[in-house]
Amino acid sequence: MKDQFVVPARVKRTSFVLMGIGLLTLLIGIFAFHGEHGSTRLWAGLLQNSTFFLLVTLASAFFIGATTLAHGGWQIVFRRIPEAISMAVPVLGLILFVILMLIVFTGQEHIYHWVNAEHVKHDEILSWKAAFLNKGMFTAFAVVTIGAWIFFVMKLRKMSIEEDGWDLSAASGRRIVWRNTVWCGGFIVVYSLTVGSTTPWLWLMSIDAHWYSTMYSWYTFVSSWVSGIALIILFLVYLKRNGYLPMVNEEHLHDLGKFAFGFSIFWTYLWFSQYMLIWYANMPEEIVYFKPRVWGEWRPIFFLNLLINFITPLLYLMKRDTKRNYSSMVFISIVILFGHWLDFWQMVGPGTYKHLVFPWYEAGIGAGFVGVIIFVVTNQLTKAALVPKNHPYLKESIIHHT
Amino acid sequence: MAVKNFVVASFSDEAVLFPAVKKVRTAGYKLHDVYTPFPVHGLDHAMGLRETSLHTAGFIYGITGTTTALSCMSWVFNSDWPMNIGGKPHFPLPAFIPITFELTVLFSAVGMVLTFCYLCQLAPFVKKHIFNPRQTDDKFVMVIEVTAKTNAEELKRFLVSAGGEDVNEQRVESGWWFGRFDREDRLFETKVEAVNA
Repeated sequence: MKDQFVVPARVKRTSFVLMGIGLLTLLIGIFAFHGEHGSTRLWAGLLQNSTFFLLVTLASAFFIGATTLAHGGWQIVFRRIPEAISMAVPVLGLILFVILMLIVFTGQEHIYHWVNAEHVKHDEILSWKAAFLNKGMFTAFAVVTIGAWIFFVMKLRKMSIEEDGWDLSAASGRRIVWRNTVWCGGFIVVYSLTVGSTTPWLWLMSIDAHWYSTMYSWYTFVSSWVSGIALIILFLVYLKRNGYLPMVNEEHLHDLGKFAFGFSIFWTYLWFSQYMLIWYANMPEEIVYFKPRVWGEWRPIFFLNLLINFITPLLYLMKRDTKRNYSSMVFISIVILFGHWLDFWQMVGPGTYKHLVFPWYEAGIGAGFVGVIIFVVTNQLTKAALVPKNHPYLKESIIHHT
Repeated sequence: MAVKNFVVASFSDEAVLFPAVKKVRTAGYKLHDVYTPFPVHGLDHAMGLRETSLHTAGFIYGITGTTTALSCMSWVFNSDWPMNIGGKPHFPLPAFIPITFELTVLFSAVGMVLTFCYLCQLAPFVKKHIFNPRQTDDKFVMVIEVTAKTNAEELKRFLVSAGGEDVNEQRVESGWWFGRFDREDRLFETKVEAVNA
């Protein structure tokens, strides 16, 4: 039984090549986009990709938290995968923090209008919001949020590895369940107060600072959560295909597929709830968000978004057989990840650089982040056995039957 | 429907039931059904039942609901009685979506329940024979049809050796008929009558 993962040279090379592409694109971007309006796209591309990939990796920690709190047993056999993915949060969190601070403190007012104090003074809506939406609050929220995420993912990971050294007894089993439940409970509270509310307001919704939507945070959360499931599936199938995780089978894949199916529909539900109320009320201060997206240049992306993220998973994942087939799950996971990357693109793009462009720069930066994730996650997978052998629910996971 | 002979065995443990089902199938006996007090994971595979088509039926009912909702609303608001509601277009798709969704769910849910009842032959006043009243309580009840080739005595000994308890033979109606349980079978007062136990 192959229980210890070794990073193949090919994977390491791929991750370096992708990171190289990212850096190269960034360099080209710095030279191609400069000046007052030109640098907007430079920052928007960085903001879009770093937020998206950070939230996607953080969704793995949410996966651990939610399944643990639900006393789920089925995920134990591959739990080390979401754990390893969540260890990319410290790296991506620091990258995002640097990007956010640069945007705010170098005064990139084409990304966030509200960083310009002079502008806020003459703007009624923004001056009302200034108590919340200012540089100090933004920085404080970023520090607390990213700091708390890093603390919790490191804590959960450390506990899980530590438990491998314990004995296999009822007493230690009870202790594993108890302390995982407590720490996951803490994490879920932090996660829901950040990703479920303030984080998307500050990082993404404040791009369109005059506009507000109560659905926005949930919508962002589900977008990252369903992509997070897709990322877990990709790593799971990769390890399975290379002869690791012999105890993972179609049953586990099937349940992950159900998650991807269900939350694709839930994403659409939130997307529609946000869209329909604004469409129905038809008030100028609200439709300003959808104007460039539905009736402007971004119209094709807007409908492509719905096609890729709703129609495709709905029809494709409906059948049992596609959810139990490794190749078809790889295909749909890539589609979902690409679709939600596109979703984040249309959240950031129309509010910043306005015009629909071919996203070569955004895709290049995205490739860089994918490289970072592959590098960090494969490295983390080598740091512990692939199956947490002392977990009391391990047997339940092995004999799992959907 | 026809009156047939059945050999009935009860099991108190899944761990005994599964190997017994396997033995009965490999021995070539005609398994009529296995009645359990709760859904048993994997029993359908062990019995060799085919995958249900209920979900395909559900999908068809669902798209029927979608089509009904969209075509009915667009007929009403475009050709039968066009109205100006808040200056919205006559075919306001976003406003139609909630009702379309509801009708999709309603059609597929009701359709699937009715199909399920039809497949299981469940309806008011439709009555089927209960082989052992404890099948809804704490026993797994395996029923094997006695065909022309089956030696009932041998089958009974076989079931006892496979761990079956309370093995008996019953000559009963195999399908459904109209009747009422409370009138005809005083289930929990009288013991099930065995033909030649």
